Amino acid sequence: MAIRVQTAAFDPGVEVNALHAANVGVGAVVSFIGYVRDFNEGREIAGMFLEHYPGMTEKALGKITAEAEQRWPLLRLDVLHRVGALEPGEPIVFVGVASAHRQAAFDACAFVMDYLKTRAPFWKKETSGDGPHWVEGRDSDHAAAGRWVDKT
Amino acid sequence: MTVKVLYFARYREALGLDTETVDGEFATLDALRAHLALRGGVWQVLAEQNLMCARNEELCQLDEPLVSGDEVAFFPTVTGG
Repeated sequence: MAIRVQTAAFDPGVEVNALHAANVGVGAVVSFIGYVRDFNEGREIAGMFLEHYPGMTEKALGKITAEAEQRWPLLRLDVLHRVGALEPGEPIVFVGVASAHRQAAFDACAFVMDYLKTRAPFWKKETSGDGPHWVEGRDSDHAAAGRWVDKT
Repeated sequence: MTVKVLYFARYREALGLDTETVDGEFATLDALRAHLALRGGVWQVLAEQNLMCARNEELCQLDEPLVSGDEVAFFPTVTGG
């Protein structure tokens, strides 16, 4: 299980392949990769800066992955999140899950992303033609995280 | 009591401050927030309804009790991922 918060770019293919390396018990791998889009909320996006809360970020991600491991039988769970300056087309976040069977991997991956979106201290600042602006949180993200509350 | 207070993202920019040490008696994070918002002007940003907070690097509710030496953070809704 690995948690990485980094400014450096990463290769999603390398991360996916690492999920089943050295473990032939892995029967299913599910991954989510989030990318910077070039268009958001009606604005063309030139770039983005990701701020975070060093110390709390790693703790929050650790709490989320620990909860996922309690809920599902996972063989590996990696979370990678970039911070700092990013350009459109670059990957921001990677969540990779390995399990013996697919359902646990699908569910755990969705759970980690839903919780990360609402509980990990990251903030996006986008740059567009009319200057920089902070991205506001979405109610739909909270609704998505809420669907896991009664599924203990 | 003495608490360390951190501000992030839009709040940090609005306040022109990323951290400070605050002395006083605050039973909860909400009491501390009310005290800070009373500074007026840009500090009203802390009265926002969707403000989030953390105590000692863990998300918490505003009714969380405070202890001297705590590290408190106030920030807008998180937008990672």
